[in-house]
Amino acid sequence: MTYLLLFYEFFKTGLFAIGGGMATLPFIYDISSRYPDWFTVEDISNMIAVSEATPGPLGINMASYAGFNTAGVFGSLAATFGEVLPSLICIIIIAHYMKKFEESRLVKRAFYGLRPAVAGLIAAAAYQILQSSVITLSRFYVTGKILDIVDIKSLIICAAVLVLLNIKKLSKIHPIIYILGGAVLGIFIF
Amino acid sequence: MSALLELFVTFAKIGVMTFGGGYAMLPMLQREVVENKKWTCEEELLNYFAVGQCTPGIIAVNTATFIGYKQKGIPGAIAATVGVVFPSLVIIIIISAFLDTFSELEYIQKAFTGIRAVVAALVISAVIKFFKSGVKDLTGLVIFILAFIISGILGISSVYVVIGAIAAGLIAGALRKGELE
Repeated sequence: MTYLLLFYEFFKTGLFAIGGGMATLPFIYDISSRYPDWFTVEDISNMIAVSEATPGPLGINMASYAGFNTAGVFGSLAATFGEVLPSLICIIIIAHYMKKFEESRLVKRAFYGLRPAVAGLIAAAAYQILQSSVITLSRFYVTGKILDIVDIKSLIICAAVLVLLNIKKLSKIHPIIYILGGAVLGIFIF
Repeated sequence: MSALLELFVTFAKIGVMTFGGGYAMLPMLQREVVENKKWTCEEELLNYFAVGQCTPGIIAVNTATFIGYKQKGIPGAIAATVGVVFPSLVIIIIISAFLDTFSELEYIQKAFTGIRAVVAALVISAVIKFFKSGVKDLTGLVIFILAFIISGILGISSVYVVIGAIAAGLIAGALRKGELE
């Protein structure tokens, strides 16, 4: 039954996530909030790191990882197959009507609304991720100390990487380097 | 080598050599699909890629499906798609099994605490990129904020946000006829 549910949930992800791997993130959060025993918010951050640091498209890696975490090898297959199937169907149809699709006024209008929404959804996912590392509100609620709202070490790492990512000259550096750097730093400072 | 097998192998190769997906895949696609195999030309590849970005699913998969379909119809689409997915699946299964065994170790947990802070930065920079290319006017900004609140604060499923945003786009387009085109 879990296999079928995994397939269904990732089919929905594949169908509604428009804009590639990162755009699947909000849907993976949806899944974790509805099935907390499948994977947690921390699991998702680890999932992103492993997916960025291993070969293969981000979206596929995340689906395979989530599926494996939930239900082993067959879970991995179910999630990945579920995520890919909507693409397969949509693209086959669109490849057939390519010209009409590109020129369609309705498609253009739909995207006028869709693009900012996708940005908003990924921002919501980023907010969740911040709460699993940099923002530690749950600790603040317990201790009541202002300094406990954020984890200073995590905040510094996060801010430093964000600055490096936005320096034009360094844009060729692959995210793997930062992930490895974060791992090494983590072992020493936490 | 049969044409389907060739599609599978070529896309498996592209899958292995891509880290991160999306635009990171474009140079590999150019080399394998355009220069080596001559299945398509540069301009067409960019068209496929553009369509892959604005259709449901993962861009890498969409582009692979597209090229496979153009080569050998539906069986070609399936061969290319399975090809691009296959290496990821195998590698991730091995790595997750490994992490499952070692995740209790203290220094692995510390490493992942550091990694999570980096991932937060990576995702924030993705937000900035999507914001720059997606939010072009006041209506866009309103949709962006609403999507953030509905999904991030209220915790309502992103599926409804996507459907609502498409509806909003269609309505806005109908109200200001011609302006968007």
